[in-house]
Amino acid sequence: MIENRPLSRLMAHFVLVVGIVIVAFPIYYTFVASSHPLRTILSPPLPLLPGDRLIENYGEALFGGVGRIGGVSVGRLLFNTTVVALAIAVGKIVISILSAYAIVFFRFPLRMAFFWMIFITLMLPVEVRIVPTYQVIVSLGLIDTYTGLTLPLMASATATFLFRQFFLTIPGELVEAARVDGAGPFRFFKDFLLPLSRTNIAALFVILFIYGWTQYLWPLLVTNDNQMNTIIIGLRKMISFADADTQWHLVMATAILALIPPIIVVVLMQRWFVKGLIESEK
Amino acid sequence: MARLAAFPGETGYPVNRVVFPNRVLPYFLLAPQIAITLVFFFWPASQAIRQSMLREDPFGLSSRFVWFDNFRSVLADPGYLNSLEVTAVFSIATATLALVAGLLLAVMADRVVRGRGLYRTLLIWPYAVAPAIAGMLWLFLFNPAMGTLAYLLRDLGVRWDPLLDGTQAMILVVAAAAWKQVSYNFLFFLAGLQAIPRSLVEAAAIDGAGPGRRFWTIVFPLLAPTTFFLLVVNTVYAFFDTFGIIHAVTGGGPARATETLVYKVYNDGFVNLRMGVSAAQSVILMAIVIALTVVQFRYIERRVHYA
Repeated sequence: MIENRPLSRLMAHFVLVVGIVIVAFPIYYTFVASSHPLRTILSPPLPLLPGDRLIENYGEALFGGVGRIGGVSVGRLLFNTTVVALAIAVGKIVISILSAYAIVFFRFPLRMAFFWMIFITLMLPVEVRIVPTYQVIVSLGLIDTYTGLTLPLMASATATFLFRQFFLTIPGELVEAARVDGAGPFRFFKDFLLPLSRTNIAALFVILFIYGWTQYLWPLLVTNDNQMNTIIIGLRKMISFADADTQWHLVMATAILALIPPIIVVVLMQRWFVKGLIESEK
Repeated sequence: MARLAAFPGETGYPVNRVVFPNRVLPYFLLAPQIAITLVFFFWPASQAIRQSMLREDPFGLSSRFVWFDNFRSVLADPGYLNSLEVTAVFSIATATLALVAGLLLAVMADRVVRGRGLYRTLLIWPYAVAPAIAGMLWLFLFNPAMGTLAYLLRDLGVRWDPLLDGTQAMILVVAAAAWKQVSYNFLFFLAGLQAIPRSLVEAAAIDGAGPGRRFWTIVFPLLAPTTFFLLVVNTVYAFFDTFGIIHAVTGGGPARATETLVYKVYNDGFVNLRMGVSAAQSVILMAIVIALTVVQFRYIERRVHYA
């Protein structure tokens, strides 16, 4: 603080608390709704405190009547989403760290051509070329496969770019010293580069996990079989506002279940996530 | 996502950069990424450009080359012009709301001494909420049949029905989209604020400038690069990542009042099966994104000394 102004500090706390209430309210409200029976939800206003049906609702959402989301259990949907998020995060990190390694630590013909081929993809998200990418997936027979759900989302240079920027800060003396000691490219990668990149890898993991978990348009297109849906697509299919059949208490419980894993990842890995987000976007 | 990260400005390396002499290994290291980029980027992108100049018959049995006819019909289509306008309104409203709220919270968090970490934790987690879920939550709060807040609005005498009223539908999707983006902007603004040298602000305080004056004459100008960067990111977010919100909340309706460009590409391509028209729209979208990116690169150059 520059000067001691208790009033302005109090004001700051007040604004922050209001902000947090606005940010948290929709999620708190969903949680409250998930603990009430359906008929309470259907007659607004909803009480502001949780009801007594918490365990029943979550039990029913998780293990109850199969056939709600096109005959697929919530467990299966959560499993699919976890596979997709993990595959995108791990796959993209592995692919990118290798190609960044090649571009920074080697000299070879066509290096610049490859460099530009990769980095032009920085600009164009999959949403822009959605129809032709979908046709590619169809002609490769990858509809309703984990490969089809994940591989196209790895075709972007963001992680490669981040690793490249980081590798460029590694002093040449380190490479020289490693080479004098007889370390080849594999040893150098394993014993120097990987340990040095640990923080970057952790940060990227959080960002890419969230990115994979929250995908919507792509899974919507490449899954026809309900067995292959992600939890978010499944949730969308549970809802019908026009139709009175929607089991709102179960929708709310499922929504909370879909929200918990990415929120846990963000909150627990907050330090790396913040660092990674701010550095990768610079 | 970081798709708009700063472009690699320098492409040559210092001459004395130490490298491994291996000639074959780098190709193997690059192979996976190059393969994925070719199959899922260059192939579809070139298909998009090709299809944008083809017209297929309704059964998809034959197609003929029509040069720029699809572009001409897209740009003459009132529906497309409507979705351009919708996208502009939606993006500007979402970006403005999310940026102002993010900046306000960051300035406040920078001002408090105690509890900054706790506030940060409590403010960042909407980042983890999928846009489609954010949309569903807001629709649940505000849907006329059972939303508690819709009920309160009606009590206040507002004729609230976002499923029938286009303006109200737009307000609802903007609120949901901005709500989800605030935490992201907050983090960047907070990092930007903490990078401002204390001595500058202190010097101004000694010269007698109050907190408001200090903010507008020193802090805000120094935050300009962050703000500009966030403006581009938020615009791109509003363009693409909000598809889930629109699809889950309004489905582009009522009467196309919330049909954004990406939603229309999806709708024409996958629902109406007009491939040529949809591909032409994709190409126009790509041009818009590339233009946005180029603008960003030019400004990124100026902010290197903050990095």
